[in-house]
Amino acid sequence: MTTATPTVAVGTQQVEKSPGRAARIRKRLNTRTATLVSIVIALLWTVPTLGLLISSIRPEDQIKTTGWWTFFSDPQFTLENYQEVLFGRSSSSGQLASYFLNSLAITIPSVLFPLAFAALAAYALAWINFRGRDWIYIGIFALQIVPLQMALVPLLKFFSTGVTLAGITLLPAWDLDGSQKFAQVWFAHTCFALPFAVFLLHNFISQLPKDLMEAARVDGATHPKIFRTIVLPLITPALAAFGIFQFLWVWNDLLVALIFAGGGDETAPLTVRLAELAGTRGNEWQRLTAGAFVSMVVPLIVFLSLQRYFVRGLLAGSVKG
Amino acid sequence: MAVFARPRQAFVIAGVLGLALSATACGTGGNDSDSKADSPECAPYEKYQGHDGKEVSIYASIREVEADLLEQSWKQFTDCTGITIDYEGNAEFEAQLPVRVDGGNAPDITFLPQPGLLKRFADAGKLKGVGADTKAMAEQNYPADWLKYATVNGTLYGAPLGSNVKSFVWYSPKTFKEKGWTVPTTWDQLIALSDQIAASGTKPWCAGIESGDATGWPATDWIEDLMLRTQTPEVYDQWTSHGIPFNDPRVAEALDRAGTILKNEKYVNGGFGGVKSILTTSFQEGGQPIVDGKCALHRQASFYANQWPKNAKVAEDGDVFAFYFPAIDPAKGKPVLGGGEFVAAFTDRPEVQAVQTYLASGEHANSRAKLGNWVSANNKLDIANVANPIDKLSVQILQDKSSIFRFDGSDLMPAAVGAGTFWKGMVDWINGKDTATVLQGIEGSWPK
Amino acid sequence: MNFDFADEQPKLLMLMYGLIAFVAVVGGLLLLLDVVPARFAQRQEGKLVAASASGAPLPRRPKQREYLFGLFFLLPTVLLLLVGLVVPAIRTVLLSFMDSSSTDWVGLRNYVWMFDEDAIVRVLTNTLIWVILVPLLATSFGLLYAVMVDRARFEAVAKSLIFMPMAISMVGASIIWRFVYAYRGEGEQQIGLLNQIVVSLGGTPQAWLQEPPLNTFLLIVIMIWIQAGFAMVVLSAAIKAIPADIVEAARLDGVTPWQMFWQITMPSIRPAVIVVVVTLSIATLKVFDIVRTATNGNYDTSVIANEMYNQAFRYGENGQGSALAVFLFILVVPIVFYQIRNLRQQREG
Repeated sequence: MTTATPTVAVGTQQVEKSPGRAARIRKRLNTRTATLVSIVIALLWTVPTLGLLISSIRPEDQIKTTGWWTFFSDPQFTLENYQEVLFGRSSSSGQLASYFLNSLAITIPSVLFPLAFAALAAYALAWINFRGRDWIYIGIFALQIVPLQMALVPLLKFFSTGVTLAGITLLPAWDLDGSQKFAQVWFAHTCFALPFAVFLLHNFISQLPKDLMEAARVDGATHPKIFRTIVLPLITPALAAFGIFQFLWVWNDLLVALIFAGGGDETAPLTVRLAELAGTRGNEWQRLTAGAFVSMVVPLIVFLSLQRYFVRGLLAGSVKG
Repeated sequence: MAVFARPRQAFVIAGVLGLALSATACGTGGNDSDSKADSPECAPYEKYQGHDGKEVSIYASIREVEADLLEQSWKQFTDCTGITIDYEGNAEFEAQLPVRVDGGNAPDITFLPQPGLLKRFADAGKLKGVGADTKAMAEQNYPADWLKYATVNGTLYGAPLGSNVKSFVWYSPKTFKEKGWTVPTTWDQLIALSDQIAASGTKPWCAGIESGDATGWPATDWIEDLMLRTQTPEVYDQWTSHGIPFNDPRVAEALDRAGTILKNEKYVNGGFGGVKSILTTSFQEGGQPIVDGKCALHRQASFYANQWPKNAKVAEDGDVFAFYFPAIDPAKGKPVLGGGEFVAAFTDRPEVQAVQTYLASGEHANSRAKLGNWVSANNKLDIANVANPIDKLSVQILQDKSSIFRFDGSDLMPAAVGAGTFWKGMVDWINGKDTATVLQGIEGSWPK
Repeated sequence: MNFDFADEQPKLLMLMYGLIAFVAVVGGLLLLLDVVPARFAQRQEGKLVAASASGAPLPRRPKQREYLFGLFFLLPTVLLLLVGLVVPAIRTVLLSFMDSSSTDWVGLRNYVWMFDEDAIVRVLTNTLIWVILVPLLATSFGLLYAVMVDRARFEAVAKSLIFMPMAISMVGASIIWRFVYAYRGEGEQQIGLLNQIVVSLGGTPQAWLQEPPLNTFLLIVIMIWIQAGFAMVVLSAAIKAIPADIVEAARLDGVTPWQMFWQITMPSIRPAVIVVVVTLSIATLKVFDIVRTATNGNYDTSVIANEMYNQAFRYGENGQGSALAVFLFILVVPIVFYQIRNLRQQREG
């Protein structure tokens, strides 16, 4: 069981033990060049973001007239851009904290639901024998391509008018108000996330050792039991991995939230507010820069704090793919 | 199915709780307005009474500070009538509204800035024609020229709300005085002035047409203004309704005339660089070089007044002001290009109609004008309530009987052209494509 | 308006309901499947004992139950997908054969339009360029970097920096790159990094995003910048998972790094590479925000998803927008076939 959750360090540690003086020297040289090159590339990769960060703390007229690198020769510092983004200019638009809470209320269930449903589905598609399961899997996989823009109208119709077939109401309209509208956003995000989630998790689950499953079956374990006691612990890292992807996606989403939650401070997430502030109708760069940074903070924290888990998560799946 | 019902049950429970909470909230609010309804300042709103506790949702593109002013402008109305107006403004409005409407989630009222979009919703049977009260109010307060833009197959779908005048050229009275330039009143004077400024070493004109996903629209305003100046208003109407093809020689003439300024390296782009810098300069930044004297003239609508730095005085004797974009042939009258939004409704409940009627009234026009920064074609609007000099000039032009008013052409055309290929065509045109190719491309994209 | 916590309570309440619903649904489903079959099994057991005692043929129970379990495990996903994606997909296909207001059937007119109009053909070719270059370059870069960083110090830091763009929204990333590509006239102070470099090397500044076909490649750079981190993290994990003894044995045999890469590393991580390429291909086909934010599809940079959005939402041309969406479905067919083949191999192997 433990073999399926190897740790990151195993590979390198063991390689380091490899004998031979020449090999060791070559290895050290290798390490030095590799370190240098990879750090340089990583820094280059970060330059655009750094430029944005520096721009966001420069005064408006400076941003518009000189490049951000002039900050180093002529540092002019201001927090005004952040002030505008965080506290806004319009009295009716409410506080940023309000939108922040909305983002949380939208994101957490929108990550949990697809995670659970996709894990169940992926397990069924990988380990339960029934006819047509491969075709269902391929179908779900192919659904990844449906552009979510095309799904907005029908889904909105589903919420606002319910489902009627030949004059009989199968499902009533949801008719939600205020913060209840979060439910619609969760529903929509869950739908849109499932194909990728099933694809990813199926990749992991189907690679679990066959003997393990068969042994459990022979012992008389039912599918729910195997799922709970064997599969779930093994794929926890994979779940964490998908969880992060889904978190990043939902947190950064604008379109789904706009349609299903609306634009008020009662339900709209941070992204909606920041888009408003940044003004899509022109380049008010000073606010764009600060706004982009404010929206990046939480995803970065989530990523950095779960990064180790994340790497392990993907690792488990790609042991054999 | 059984399993699936579970979250829905939770939602229903949540819904019931939520309703109970909001019901208590409404209760207290209702009492408040009851006491106010009888007070003397509520007298003008008597005819809108009888909808206490009702809610009307409005969805539009007006947001931020402008939206605050708007909400303030109808505050007394809502206080006195007890109607709650639930306003939502969004920058993505034009793309979002069709989704909401098709999805069965339309707002009660919307402010449509494009008659083309209004026609689309009206043709699809989504909009409700205005009630008798609103119709009477609209006909009483607005010129027929305006109402025809909200009339589809003989039915009026909404009265105008705010308006703007687009036929303006911004300049700096201060610089003009220093250099001894005079404000031109004919096209020839305008060109002579441009040459004079160009000879002095400054590029006379500046422009910027970058505007996010609406990039190109400021250039279409140029073409529309020149269509009105080189052709008759009737040809303009044929052009916007596709009565003549988009690549008609008369349209090409207007484009080429605009090109004598916009594509003239000697004239543009003061403060930014060459002709192509028009493309990357945002609409907001477009006229800013006027303040530092790097450019002298900028053709842009009245609402550009909001873009000037806070310390610049916008007045005839101030730092910046605008003059009327002169006619080419004064004998043809004084063509005015403008825009505005229309108050259309997707529902026809009594309280919705009451709000619609109120928004067409003189009370609202004056209430909103007093808060500043607003123009309307409403003839009940008392010019004394308009403080800002540029708004005053706009109202004067709109109320001037010799003006020939025409609505912004791109807003009249089908969105595929008016918000699509016309914008993109202008971008290509300024980026170097020739007039014939650009016009042919736009003509080809006109929906069949 | 001050921040009033009382105003926020309904949100937290709703979040709580959401969590309760989650626990109820998932827990309930598992419980249901756990308890009910257990009871059922007991009865079956009883029958089984009775049957074997009486010498009657054994009932074939596992097969039937497998099917039921599969059904229940799949139920939430299948229902949600039906409502959220299958119905919309069918609707899109139908709309693509109808006119702009979706009232009359027009046959193949929208598809003819797609290949007739030069601007749209341009959009289709752009999409092809994107879907070929992005997966190829992002995966190659990610792979190279993963191999390199595997032997480097400060590995975690370096990886975090490369992965960071993933945490930024596509819109945010495009804003960042608009800064890099920004253009000011010759002789003016440049505010874009790229032009500043060009100028300091003695060149003339360019309006990068306005020059086709170069601008499409510059937009592709943005996508690669974002997605290379994803490729790198997945592939790096796969490389680390190659059993150490294999690597060591090869090293003792004295293989060159080149041979090591092609003979050991690549075959071992092939499945991971496939996951990355497939995921990136689909993400690229749907790319929308980058083009919209950076150029809004002007200057010949538009791609299918943008044009589809414009046609269907901004222009009200539902038929033409849907036809473009259907074209996207068609583009993914080769990937689907590839997946089917993979699945077959897996089942056999």
